[in-house]
Amino acid sequence: MVPIGHYLFLSLALFSIGIVGVVTRRNVIIILMSIELILNAVNINLVAFSRLVGSVEGQIFAIFIITDAAAEAAVGLGIIIAFFRNRETVLADEMDILKW
Amino acid sequence: MLDLVIFYFFAALAVVSAVLVVTRRNVVHSAIFLATALLATAGIFLSLRAEFLFIVQIILYTGGILVLYVFVIMLVNLDVALHQVQFNRRWYVALLLTVLLGAQAFAAILVSRQSLYTLPPAPAQALEPNTELVAWGLFHTYVLPFEIASVLLLVAMIGGVVMAKKRI
Repeated sequence: MVPIGHYLFLSLALFSIGIVGVVTRRNVIIILMSIELILNAVNINLVAFSRLVGSVEGQIFAIFIITDAAAEAAVGLGIIIAFFRNRETVLADEMDILKW
Repeated sequence: MLDLVIFYFFAALAVVSAVLVVTRRNVVHSAIFLATALLATAGIFLSLRAEFLFIVQIILYTGGILVLYVFVIMLVNLDVALHQVQFNRRWYVALLLTVLLGAQAFAAILVSRQSLYTLPPAPAQALEPNTELVAWGLFHTYVLPFEIASVLLLVAMIGGVVMAKKRI
């Protein structure tokens, strides 16, 4: 098996790229995609440790995380559609109805 | 040795396509590179002997969630957004802070990776009938979280339908 440090570094790289996407992009759809990248990085960690320890529980938690990602994508994209219908924009810094 | 080559191939693919997801101007290109990143992650799962998760990743992530994204990209008219500034005004502050955070975590892993888990890695046979073991864990030990996850999916389904309705 490849040493565990390799998987941790890969996971850290994907996580950091996802964070950069969430905090710097203006397009909400790409922000949601970056969140998917972050969740994916977490899954890599869980599965790598599951292989290292020889227990399947990490994979079960990864399945729960994938379920959460699916729920989040469905609701988040629904919100984007509803918002686009009202305000004709997908840019995060123009979503300021609650701000006054 | 072969393990290492396979790992580096999929890792490089995942990192490069993740960078492209974040930096591309066109959202459709981002979605395609997201598919590549997710498939590369699936390859890493397979090299870690998680066959069931490999299939779930391809069917659910690349086949389900990504199609949802592409549908929304088609529903939402993005021709205007294509010609606007893609990054917000204080992106360099955000980038600096993220690089700091990443460097911190990098140093932490670098220092502690040797002492993280001192036992030798488990034999590959420990996860051997992979689907069977996952099913046993899901329906036996973790049956309550499993049911809660199904309720969560029901809520998300109703929420998605309500959100995307014409008149709320």
